[in-house]
Amino acid sequence: MKISDIFKDGIYRKNAILIMLLGMCPTLAVTTTLSNAIGMGISVIVILTLSNISISIMRKVIPAAVRIPAYIGIIAALVTIIEMLIHAYVPTLYVSLGIYLPLIVVNCIILERAESFASKNNILHSTIDGIAVGIGFTLAMLLIAFFRELLGTGAILGFTILPASTNMLIMILPPGAFLTLGIILGVMGHYSNKKKEELENE
Amino acid sequence: MNNLSLYFGLVFSGILIKNVLLSQFLGICSFLGVSKKTSSAVGMGMAVTVVLVVATIASYAFYYLVQVPFHLEFLRTISFIIIIAAIVQLIEVVMKKYMRGLYESLGVYLPLITTNCAVLGIAILNINNGYDFLGSILYALGSGLGFLLVIVLFSAIREKLELLDIPEAFKGLPIALITAAFMSLAFIGFGGIL
Repeated sequence: MKISDIFKDGIYRKNAILIMLLGMCPTLAVTTTLSNAIGMGISVIVILTLSNISISIMRKVIPAAVRIPAYIGIIAALVTIIEMLIHAYVPTLYVSLGIYLPLIVVNCIILERAESFASKNNILHSTIDGIAVGIGFTLAMLLIAFFRELLGTGAILGFTILPASTNMLIMILPPGAFLTLGIILGVMGHYSNKKKEELENE
Repeated sequence: MNNLSLYFGLVFSGILIKNVLLSQFLGICSFLGVSKKTSSAVGMGMAVTVVLVVATIASYAFYYLVQVPFHLEFLRTISFIIIIAAIVQLIEVVMKKYMRGLYESLGVYLPLITTNCAVLGIAILNINNGYDFLGSILYALGSGLGFLLVIVLFSAIREKLELLDIPEAFKGLPIALITAAFMSLAFIGFGGIL
């Protein structure tokens, strides 16, 4: 397996959010501002990489029958460590991520990568896969957060860009999350349909 | 009297105001995955309600009887997820043995619920918000009923969407998400009641 393929798969060909539609809860909940999305993205990259590494190391030791509980145990331990580190060193982020930080345990992306990649591949490939899928997840979250923060508060990373008169409060409320993701997926679908038609016409 | 209105408020806000799906984004995976048919949405909603209440009782008891006296609060996430996984297994075994009919209609959804973030989320929220035992159970019940209500409404709309002439690119999930946006907008309206 080529390393560049792992990167391409993780970042765009099989993007966790936009193509595989996994990990929807944090995607919708913490994308109200770009800084929250960055904090969540980095936490997921770290946890995903560490869980891929540890599951890849132990893939020959864990019996197949109890592998899922074992994976969940490993992931929960890692999430607890990260949660305590963020609580100690970045308390503002800890408050704004709130309940979604411990909920990384049940983020389907991490379990899916453990089951379908880390349990079958060596440590180097699993590490790269963790980083690549994590970056793909973060980029998709940033895309959603960019539109929500810009249209909802008229600012990007706290710097005001649009005048207050154009602010749409709905974008930072829950409906805005569903709306933004729905429109992004629709626009993506439009372009992939177009590409398919072009391929068929050739 | 004061307590009564507090408890009523917890159930009510769980169902309508702080709806797990539309305002807290917990359990979205099963919301989008199991809502194509109304019959499966009812099954999933009921299974989630049952697991939510039982898991809340168990996690609440474990937290205040074991973790707090021994100062093991930092192990909350890891112990709750294990409790939830064990309870889901237990409910499955008990249902299989004693409630055959119910098992056949809910059975397929049970294993999926372990990784449904609504269950872990509500268990943690109950502790974070400092609800007492009865309050926790009522909040879990309200949230479960809210989940049931929204997933059933949503699946009914999705069944109708199948028959409509939607732009090719928006068919399937994009239009479902936009529908969810409008449902969520409608549910914001309940915020003023309490």
